[in-house]
Amino acid sequence: MRIAGRGLVNRDKPVSFTFDGRRYDGFAGDTVASAMLANGQRLMGRSFKYHRPRGVLSAGSEEPNALVTTGVGPASEPNVRATMQEIYEGLAVRSQNAWPSLDLDLMAVNDLASPFLGAGFYYKTFMWPRKFWKHVYEPVIRRAAGLGRLSGGPNADAYEKAYAFCDLLVIGAGPAGLMAALVAARAGADVILAGEDALMGGRLNAENEHVDGQPGHAWAAGVVAELATMDNVRLMPRTTVTGVYDGGMFSALERVNQHRARRGEGAPLECFWRIAAKQSILAAGALERPVAFANNDRPGIMTAGAVRAYLTRWGVAPGKQVAVFGNNDDAHRTARDLAAAGVHVAAVIDSREGVSMEGADFPVLRGAVVCNASGRKELESVTIRTAGGEHKIQADCLAMSGGWNPSLHLTCHLGGRPTWEPDIHAFVPTPGAVPGMHVAGACNGTFSTHGCLAAGVAAAENALEALGRKPEPMDLPQADDAPYNLKPLWSVPGKGRAWLDFQNDVCVKDVQQAAAENFRSAEHMKRYTTQGMAPDQGKNSNVAALAVLADATGRGIAETGTTTFRPPYTPVAIAAMGAGGQGKGFAPERLTTSHAASLAMGAPMVEAGLWYRPSYFPRGQERNWRQSCDREVGFVRKTVGVCDVSTLGKIDIQGPDSAKLLDLVYTNKFSTLKVGKVRYGLMLREDGFVMDDGTCARLGETHYLMTTTTGAAGEVMRHLEFVTQCLHPEWQVHLTSVTEQWAQFAVAGPKSRELLNGLLEQPIDNDSFPFMACGSERLGGVAARLFRISFSGEHAYEITVPARYGAALFDLLVARAEALEGGAYGMEALNVLRLEKGHITHAEIDGRATAGDIGMERMVSDAKDCIGKTMSERPGLRDPERGQLVGLRPVGAVKQLTAGAFLFEAGAEARRENAQGYTTSVGFSPDIGTFIGLAFVMRGRQRHGEVMRMVDHLREIEAEVEICAPVFVDPEGGRARG
Amino acid sequence: MRIECPICGSRDRREFYYRGDAIALARPAPDAGDDVWDAYLHLRDNPAGETRDLWQHEGGCGAWLVVTRDTVTHAVHAVELASDVKRAMA
Ligand SMILES: [Zn+2]
Repeated sequence: MRIAGRGLVNRDKPVSFTFDGRRYDGFAGDTVASAMLANGQRLMGRSFKYHRPRGVLSAGSEEPNALVTTGVGPASEPNVRATMQEIYEGLAVRSQNAWPSLDLDLMAVNDLASPFLGAGFYYKTFMWPRKFWKHVYEPVIRRAAGLGRLSGGPNADAYEKAYAFCDLLVIGAGPAGLMAALVAARAGADVILAGEDALMGGRLNAENEHVDGQPGHAWAAGVVAELATMDNVRLMPRTTVTGVYDGGMFSALERVNQHRARRGEGAPLECFWRIAAKQSILAAGALERPVAFANNDRPGIMTAGAVRAYLTRWGVAPGKQVAVFGNNDDAHRTARDLAAAGVHVAAVIDSREGVSMEGADFPVLRGAVVCNASGRKELESVTIRTAGGEHKIQADCLAMSGGWNPSLHLTCHLGGRPTWEPDIHAFVPTPGAVPGMHVAGACNGTFSTHGCLAAGVAAAENALEALGRKPEPMDLPQADDAPYNLKPLWSVPGKGRAWLDFQNDVCVKDVQQAAAENFRSAEHMKRYTTQGMAPDQGKNSNVAALAVLADATGRGIAETGTTTFRPPYTPVAIAAMGAGGQGKGFAPERLTTSHAASLAMGAPMVEAGLWYRPSYFPRGQERNWRQSCDREVGFVRKTVGVCDVSTLGKIDIQGPDSAKLLDLVYTNKFSTLKVGKVRYGLMLREDGFVMDDGTCARLGETHYLMTTTTGAAGEVMRHLEFVTQCLHPEWQVHLTSVTEQWAQFAVAGPKSRELLNGLLEQPIDNDSFPFMACGSERLGGVAARLFRISFSGEHAYEITVPARYGAALFDLLVARAEALEGGAYGMEALNVLRLEKGHITHAEIDGRATAGDIGMERMVSDAKDCIGKTMSERPGLRDPERGQLVGLRPVGAVKQLTAGAFLFEAGAEARRENAQGYTTSVGFSPDIGTFIGLAFVMRGRQRHGEVMRMVDHLREIEAEVEICAPVFVDPEGGRARG
Repeated sequence: MRIECPICGSRDRREFYYRGDAIALARPAPDAGDDVWDAYLHLRDNPAGETRDLWQHEGGCGAWLVVTRDTVTHAVHAVELASDVKRAMA
């Protein structure tokens, strides 16, 4: 029922939405919960386990009951708290965890089965006859229990993640947070004020009290308005700080567009923030705790603070006849607010004796408790127990208060434990739990508005001092300073189930049972009963459950312990945390300059790290990749082929000590390399295994250009930086990764020089440009670098131009190659060509191979030290029994070879113990006319000519293979020099 | 976690590559013997307390850093350029 003249909703802006298909009307500023209550709809959900009818318990993010699903199809979102979801025109809300409908939920049969579903039921039912579990309980439980369901479709919404930086992060925008932000902002600090609510002000928007002579909400609005004008302040409403991390890092979830119809605007639904703050102030407020009594989960029973919030913030009376039950003065305040708004107060039931309440025109029962509640889908009456006995009174709403628990969760995220404060019967933050964090207001156990304002100022002053800033003098606004009078009351004894954890359906007797079964520690009780393990993490129940456990085990609460609070404070969608990390965001594409041309030629792409490279270039009648690959191999062996090799890592090395660096990182010498020459180099890790290989060109006396394999480019760059900075900072050498800056193409085959000479401004010949030469050339008016190197073993070059000319050069090279009866070749042909020459890739140098294993032990120079040399001399790495690189060819009936297959002596059983080696790379060689392969075989170099069994246990392929030298084509190497 | 790069300032740990113990700066002579090389490459303490580790600001300036931090409190006590530390060792 909406109350005229009350609330902060905008009565000029009606908003309609649907709940389970039925239309409801509310106003801008309403939440789903407030608008439903305004429409007299109290039933909003079904409980997790027993499917009990539930209404809202709270008015904030701690809401355990009113979980709903918003949206439709892939955009739907389950487990949205109705107390947090602002309404907007067209919003579609659905109830969840009920079948066939919220009103008639057949799964409520679980409620009748509750004797079987109590604490530990998961563990105990496993003890029963197996078939009973499998056929009766498990199917029922799996179908019946649970929260909302995912749509099953891909998430259609956009999410973002972002970083923010500030001097001071203020968490919470109630009186303490606003005051702290104001003091810090006026002192010039860079402030972020993050508030979970859409409307800043915290309890000032929910209470009927004055600050500085104005209504509390008006004072709050004034402070927010001032902060909004300041350049050094960032206001972040709808933002929940969810976690605290080392070094002043915080995570926060901003609900950017959850409050409006957001499709098609491009803005994200939510943004996950990482906030780096030099100092922080926690002003997160407090959460009111319910009282446990029989059937205290009936729709219409809510916390007293929530009743006041619906009344004052949203202008909604949550009932027509409201009873108020509490153990502290908030009960009186609630009754007065209701009466002042014209709502009938059925009675105030105060568990304390002898408290006075002057001028009340409603019954006030002292030393009384509510011990039961009736009305299944809506509260109808409550049973009151006094010294004189029990009697029922009519009420459709009960406002209850068991006191307040400071919201100290964030102070525990770095491992801190809260401290029990007997004066307020609650846990408070332990000072210093988070470095640089100051705690202020209700989250620190200071409950009056005056106290919160003063604490906000003090916290800001402490933070400013740490920041080296001075606060400006400021008068503290006048505000309410009523004392917090409370006598503990956790649960009302009696028959029936009294709820502690509403979200996970845990009752007082469950906790008592855990204690009776000797699960006496808080952590054991929690796991046994599941108390506190629902998405709300026990915000409404942890302390009361501890109190019940303490009582059941005859201990005090302080010695019973606390549970551990971990991030996130409220649930965070994985989509928000992983924003930007889906699909190509997870693995961005690196594209070569020839990418578009390769696609236009129909080339399928293969991934090489993040790079995309053409697999082959299909032509005309070719029916499969092998035909294309064989043809492309033929280009290189017979005419000329062109291949984009830009993905190889390129590191530009300059400075007088460049040669020293290369002599240390390569096994072989580069100081002796002549300017204008290229040399193949091998690099070891310090533990003696091969790291990478590649060529390195000496472009000038103090200028080298190193190439790395595509996959190891980053690792090698890091390694070179390590050697120069950490081992030899005295060397003058500078490293620059230029992989992206140069487009590089292999031009390979007998006609490669003919092709190039048609393009170069200065033609070359074998004398001016012999094998392993390099130099600067020009073509088409563009400076280029030319290297006479060969991965294929043919007469070949690599030509490189600034990347902006790459696409044009590729087109030109391919056209010229085609005119010479050659053309482009892809990765498949590249692989066959290098296999035919026995050139290694990371299939061979996989981190376990030594220089000796790959037959390059002579490349480890005796004349100098190098990285990895000492350790490569360990006996185990020189063991002649190690696998040595060999070639393979099939000699039996089966002609197919596979990579990863094991090799056994002829006649030996194909068992692990008998394995003598394994294949690393295979391919079909058009030159040889069969499959060929590379393998590591024990003593392999002495075994050329031996026939072995190749067995691929996974693919169930077995072949007879002959061990041979790992060079199949042109073993003398004359072609590359020709 | 944040690391104060001496060149770039305070940066998120995601910008850094972690290598391991700063002992890597003290590369032994080739003839130092098996025990010394074994200790250099493989033997590591696992202290509950202060460690000195090598990190590289790979997503930033590229500098290798020696970070002194506490594995219990996660506090970062000092960040130095590895090149400065190495020069001081000489
Ligand atoms: Zn840096």
